[in-house]
Amino acid sequence: MADGPVAELLLRRLEASDGGLDSAELAAELGVEHQAVVGAVKSLQALGEVIEAELRSTKRWELTSEGEEIAREGSHEARVFRSIPPEGLAQSELMRLPSGKVGISKAMSNKWIRVDKSTADGPRVFRVVDSMEDEVQRRLQMVQRGQAEKLGEKERSELRKRKLLAEVTLKTYWVSKGSAFSTSISKQETELSPEMISSGSWRDRPFKPYNFLAQGVLPDSGHLHPLLKVRSQFRQIFLEMGFTEMPTDNFIESSFWNFDALFQPQQHPARDQHDTFFLRDPAEALQLPMDYVQRVKRTHSQGGYGSQGYKYNWKLDEARKNLLRTHTTSASARVLYRLAQKKPFTPAKYFSIDRVFRNETLDATHLAEFHQIEGVVADHGLTLGHLMGVLREFFTKLGITQLRFKPAYNPYTEPSMEVFSYHPGLKKWVEVGNSGVFRPEMLLPMGLPENVSVIAWGLSLERPTMIKYGINNIRELVGHKVNLQMVYNSPLCRLDAKPRPPPTQEAA
Amino acid sequence: MPTVSVKRDLLFQALGRTYTNEEFDELCFEFGLELDEITSEKEIISKEQGSVKAAGASDVVLYKIDVPANRYDLLCLEGLVRGLQVFKERIKPPVYKRVMPDGKIQKLIITEETAKIRPFAVAAVLRNIKFTKDRYDSFIELQEKLHQNICRKRALVAIGTHDLDTLSGPFTYTAKRPSDIKFKPLNKTKEYTACELMNIYKTDNHLKQYLHIIENKPLYPVISDSNGVVLSMPPIINGDHSRITVNTRNVFIECTGTDFTKAKIVLDIIVTMFSEYCEKQFTVEAAEVVFPNGKSYTFPELAYRKEIVRADLINKKVGIRETPENLAKLLTRMYLKSEVIGDGNQIEIEIPPTRADIIHACDIIEDAAIAYGYNNIQMTLPKTYTIANQFPLNKLTELLRHDMAAAGFTEVLTFALCSQEDIADKLGVDISATKAVHISNPKTAEFQVARTTLLPGLLKTIAANRKMPLPLKLFEISDIVIKDSNTDVGAKNYRHLCAVYYNKNPGFEIIHGLLDRIMQLLDVPPGEDKAGYVIRASEGPAFFPGRCAEIFAGGQSIGKLGVLHPDVITKFELTMPCSSLEINIEPFL
Repeated sequence: MADGPVAELLLRRLEASDGGLDSAELAAELGVEHQAVVGAVKSLQALGEVIEAELRSTKRWELTSEGEEIAREGSHEARVFRSIPPEGLAQSELMRLPSGKVGISKAMSNKWIRVDKSTADGPRVFRVVDSMEDEVQRRLQMVQRGQAEKLGEKERSELRKRKLLAEVTLKTYWVSKGSAFSTSISKQETELSPEMISSGSWRDRPFKPYNFLAQGVLPDSGHLHPLLKVRSQFRQIFLEMGFTEMPTDNFIESSFWNFDALFQPQQHPARDQHDTFFLRDPAEALQLPMDYVQRVKRTHSQGGYGSQGYKYNWKLDEARKNLLRTHTTSASARVLYRLAQKKPFTPAKYFSIDRVFRNETLDATHLAEFHQIEGVVADHGLTLGHLMGVLREFFTKLGITQLRFKPAYNPYTEPSMEVFSYHPGLKKWVEVGNSGVFRPEMLLPMGLPENVSVIAWGLSLERPTMIKYGINNIRELVGHKVNLQMVYNSPLCRLDAKPRPPPTQEAA
Repeated sequence: MPTVSVKRDLLFQALGRTYTNEEFDELCFEFGLELDEITSEKEIISKEQGSVKAAGASDVVLYKIDVPANRYDLLCLEGLVRGLQVFKERIKPPVYKRVMPDGKIQKLIITEETAKIRPFAVAAVLRNIKFTKDRYDSFIELQEKLHQNICRKRALVAIGTHDLDTLSGPFTYTAKRPSDIKFKPLNKTKEYTACELMNIYKTDNHLKQYLHIIENKPLYPVISDSNGVVLSMPPIINGDHSRITVNTRNVFIECTGTDFTKAKIVLDIIVTMFSEYCEKQFTVEAAEVVFPNGKSYTFPELAYRKEIVRADLINKKVGIRETPENLAKLLTRMYLKSEVIGDGNQIEIEIPPTRADIIHACDIIEDAAIAYGYNNIQMTLPKTYTIANQFPLNKLTELLRHDMAAAGFTEVLTFALCSQEDIADKLGVDISATKAVHISNPKTAEFQVARTTLLPGLLKTIAANRKMPLPLKLFEISDIVIKDSNTDVGAKNYRHLCAVYYNKNPGFEIIHGLLDRIMQLLDVPPGEDKAGYVIRASEGPAFFPGRCAEIFAGGQSIGKLGVLHPDVITKFELTMPCSSLEINIEPFL
């Protein structure tokens, strides 16, 4: 029985008392440690309304161990006085006594003894009076009897200064009967068992209450990566909007599909070694669609399809150079080229989310590889207003409703617009994506009909994810240096949910 | 995107009014610029070199403005002001004229030696120009901006500007052996040969980036006047003799390069921007360039081109309904003087020499949309009706990754690029046996190859998370890359699934159980027959001897599982036993 004999005794005493009892007094009466009574009070409290206990704190004077010794054997000065015979004692001998050093000065100032330095064999101590009253011992004994209150403030503080007396705070309980008071209590059950259910004994048994403030035990489970949870949501959004997923499972791309097909000139800075990963092996693309390549070459070097072209010497060798794709637009170009070969033209909506690679300087927000999200619509007579309308629907699904559009320059879209959204936290407009209408110089050489427009937009997957999950360093999100605890702890991704208020300062 | 730094007060003075920062930011946004930063020379120096060095610097307010990469005409204060003033209809676009000189035309003769190194050159003269300190600084700064952008760090075009009054034409552009070129370059006190200069400039922070353009060529380009005075050694440095100053009145401009079109554009931009300060505003004195074949051309071209675009096409592409007259007005505000002609639906647009970025009707349409205001365009939804389809491989991946997590494994996301060591040495394989794709220009070893297996990424993730409670159960479903001459680019992605179990015991049975669960999910029964899967004892350098099996599904090998070799564990800086599984999931499509 967890509640033990002390609890039982407590209950019995309480039954007999009128009103209640004090835990410290009870401990004294039962001759047990006060802590044992406190334990009993706490375990009875846990049973509910059996008892009521009110915490009281009282201050008490207690003797120190030296004080107890003095109460028993007398003060040092008294002991010095008593040790001196009528014929006196050599001071050197007196100093050897345990109380000698402390007692001699006190006894002198009490004028109980005197020192005679004129004797032949060194100073000698003699009694001055025949008898004395040991006030210190008497006062300490009063405290011991619980009569500390009878001493004056000055007397108590003098004893305290001599480290004979100390004031202690005692926490006691005033225990009284509770509304369900009973002297016959039984042990509480912790958990419901199959036996209790079958025997029905649960009906008669008390159950120990749960501590609902404690944390539960987390389930053993696997977890999905936060960035890929966001990827799933973006896929879902595109699918809800009727967009078909493009194949993007080709990290290696030729310069032709990555740049030339997009009407990005061969001297463009993006084609620089400083920005793009080129391949040593396989260094060159083995096959290119040569008919189409000829049309692309002509458009770059001479123009055509209503364009002046860039008027430079377009080189096939440059187009053959293999690289790690710098954007998924290379995959979009392949898909649009395939769409152009299908006659008659059928309108299409496409999307992709996959990795792209840049040979750039790395920092807290830039890695050599990241994920690009891209949406494309191809149809007759698409306008800039359509592009903005699609973007509005797309960003609304992300929970972003305040949009505005800034003119911009992209090598392969014209018109181009950067998409800005108002960030209430930063109190300013921030760029959330880039968009535009693919240039005719890109579409017409593919063989798409002249009145077909293709609108497109793109954004990175990492940036919205970092904002969503409050991550400042991209390395904490992507790559092997990720903190798995962060992966374990990351919540569901609901992009259109209202952002939570910023977390209050909390230990990591 | 190039950033142009202009003094705010100078800008406002030229614009004829002041703006608050917010107002100017708004104007930039509307026009397609971005007010990137408001700063001062003092602030910049103090940020880069500390406040002590900044003590004496100017605290005049500077606006740093981001300019679209194809708008070379906005790369200086003069151009920005002209663009914005026309946009706000405060001025009419100036007309740039090429004029013949009163006396003899300046001549630049190109010799055939230049053919192999830098074959093109163009030239022009700004006559009776009046510089001030600010104008002069802007002139130098514009050349620097052009060099960094359209000139591709001087590789395509290099600009030289000279005090014409110190020289006497005709000028010769030729190429000589470096040892035969000797002159006093800018900012030096004595003459050096080209060889000496190339050495000196190796430690010059500004010039060293351009040396590679000619460094290993047998002949270096050089321009000199009729007395043999060296004007410049493009694309590296000008001569000191003809250096321009604030007091220079007549400027000879030469642009040499490997791209003729861009050289002409660069020359046009410089002369259109700074002819504003000539006595006869916006006129440029012609110069004659004689090519090695004897043909002679006059520059700058300053060509005005006319395009005709139908008004309804503009309306249709933008999604607005404006009258042809209004559209012509909008375009004129974008520095494209336009008028309605013909049947009243045709708009004739004049493209000035400053707008080399206009190469197609779509560029004109964009300008109409900008002037109309992007944010005034009515948003509509296209009626394009389509049925969405998932890419089958991604659909399978999405389904599998959810069930992998349900099986108690945690998803990681590792890099597709890594070091050779990761995919070869550390796994006990020779790099030549991996069929890996190699990158030619990695900045660090982390980007030497594309991964051929997902395992290293997972093991590195464990190494970075050794403090986490055991066991660690991780997985990744992502692409690896293998050389493959059957594809057009010579390489192919494969979608792999990799899982590892890391604990005080190897836990082979757990990884094996995971394989059984994956096969259950893929509806592949155990068994030797065609539809089933089976594992057979095998070996691999990455695995502990006798603890490796090859996985076959439908008779085809799809991967391996086993307990990792202690050497592999050690090389990835791990300390516990570990078992792994890696399969290609594409056969299950």
